[in-house]
Amino acid sequence: MSSRDTILKSVRQHLPQSAPLPVLDGPWITYPDPVAQFCSVLEMIGGKAIRVPDVAAIDTELERLPVYTTANKTLSLIPGAGRSSLDLDAVPDPHELEDIDFALLPGEFAVAENAAIWVTDKTLKHRVVYFLCQHLALMVPVDQVLNNLAEAYQRIRFDRPGFGGFIAGPSKTADIEQSLVIGAHGPKSMTVFLVG
Amino acid sequence: MTDTIVRDHPDNAADFVANDARAHWHDQSLWFVRSKRDKMAATLPEWEQLRQKASEIKLHTMSRLGDYLEEFERNAIKLGAKVYWARTPAEHNEIVLGIIQQHQAKKVVKSKSMLTEECHLNPYLERHGIAVTDTDLGEWIVQLRDEPPSHIVMPAIHIKKEEIGELFHEHLGTEKGATDPPYLVTAARKKLREQFLGADIGITGVNFAIAETGGFVVCTNEGNADLGVSLPKVHIACMGIEKLIPRLADLSIFLRLLGRSATGQPITTYSSHFHGPMAGGEMHIVLVDNGRSDILGSPEFRRSLNCIRCGACMNTCPVYRRSGGHSYQTTVPGPIGSILAPSRDAATYSTLPFACSLCGSCSDVCPVKIDLHTQLLTWRKEIAVRKLLPWTKRMGMALAGRVLGTPWLYRTAGWLGRKMLPILPRFLVYNGLNPWGKQRELPPMPRQSFRELYAKQRKRTLND
Repeated sequence: MSSRDTILKSVRQHLPQSAPLPVLDGPWITYPDPVAQFCSVLEMIGGKAIRVPDVAAIDTELERLPVYTTANKTLSLIPGAGRSSLDLDAVPDPHELEDIDFALLPGEFAVAENAAIWVTDKTLKHRVVYFLCQHLALMVPVDQVLNNLAEAYQRIRFDRPGFGGFIAGPSKTADIEQSLVIGAHGPKSMTVFLVG
Repeated sequence: MTDTIVRDHPDNAADFVANDARAHWHDQSLWFVRSKRDKMAATLPEWEQLRQKASEIKLHTMSRLGDYLEEFERNAIKLGAKVYWARTPAEHNEIVLGIIQQHQAKKVVKSKSMLTEECHLNPYLERHGIAVTDTDLGEWIVQLRDEPPSHIVMPAIHIKKEEIGELFHEHLGTEKGATDPPYLVTAARKKLREQFLGADIGITGVNFAIAETGGFVVCTNEGNADLGVSLPKVHIACMGIEKLIPRLADLSIFLRLLGRSATGQPITTYSSHFHGPMAGGEMHIVLVDNGRSDILGSPEFRRSLNCIRCGACMNTCPVYRRSGGHSYQTTVPGPIGSILAPSRDAATYSTLPFACSLCGSCSDVCPVKIDLHTQLLTWRKEIAVRKLLPWTKRMGMALAGRVLGTPWLYRTAGWLGRKMLPILPRFLVYNGLNPWGKQRELPPMPRQSFRELYAKQRKRTLND
């Protein structure tokens, strides 16, 4: 008998009495001002939110960010904001992206309870950019700030192969004596532009 | 990693507490994390409801685990992944090595996976000429020190920054005597980014595998799992069969609990959902049993399979905090480890269920409501039934049973104790036969027993 069959047989021999699958009905926490909640949680976890009236206003804010103004290699996938020094779709191998200093990318929606932003690889040829760039900025429309993860999962679908993930703040570690250090392996900062 | 001979927990713990200052430092580091968890849990009014739902989802999944495993396999294959089944650590390691050799790969980066620790994958691959780098900073530190993690979430929680400074000086050429965490992390970042860029294959663990979609979720704070499987083309994911959840939306419960319970964060920095290989790449998923299906068959202990490996039970455990993770000599230490280890090998780990004061704090913080302290108590009985208690405890229990069950013997023993203990020389009372008295003084003996007091009182009442 194959290992697969042995394991499944052993599992089925040992199954406990059936127990119902619960309905995920809440009520779950909501906030009087989800955007304010999002901004304060993001700050707590080491990120920074900047509210702008429209996409065109992002450039003015970018010019105030030293990590952007001093960046050599930059990438923007937001039409009308930021500058790109490379064409991502023309890069065949993600290893060539190791020296990206700053990336401005779209996020689908944000979650107020934990300052997480949902990102996918639907429009990003190399998902590694999210993790490999030195500094990351995400743009989310302000009306796409949800209260909690329960609302978030009503929006998430995986009908085909692909990557999706929550990113909440910059890469960090506390593995040396519980001292929080921002910038473990991934981005050393995370800026979120809330547009609208 | 060297194989160590398993010693009893009390002996290891005695070594650990011998360094009083360090034991206190360890205790406080973990209590700090526990406090952060409390603060974070308190921000959600639905916290208890989340725990309840999480527990129910896990119990339901266990009751249909066979079906969910097949559903997951079917959907994962549909997404383009290859699925493997391993009964034992040896099978798991062979499968992983096979995939690596198929690609003639030499360099592997690995993100934190307790399952691969359980299977001792690293030494196995190294014996076959594969260079494995653990990329979680804490796990990399313990790998450089050639020792196992002492905690499942914070593998290097037992190590001081001076020691890490020394280690990095030796391995990375950082300045001698440097102890500044940002400086040390920057040095590690530089070195590990080289490893990510040079790796042929990335291995990750799995936090949750979703039956309805065939995908899985990996959670990290550093982003090391993502770097490890977004640069190399081949992703190998290793998971225990208990990691299954039925629905994608179930993550809305578990991801709200995991980060808050583990480190007091509202969510881990990266919660990555992998569904099939990346374009032009490969995804291999290895499902491992290694005794889990047997635990499933045990009504007393099956709820230990609910565990989502957050480590909250360790952070709160007064014994873990004061004895250190290595004292358990198991991949998963602390309260949950003291249940899982004897399930696999009761004789070797017979002392672990006794490394517990039965305070119940672990059960209170467990995000999936495992009745940890009850299971630990049940294990104690089980160990007695299997005659695995040391002879001192066996004799002691037999003697106590005899004395307590024989009224005249009990009376005599009590009388002897009251009269003799105060006049006996100290060495006859405080010696190896009285471990209770190692760090404590016995209470003063009462002049009269309760029975005598009661008889006297009764006589007085009758005379009135």
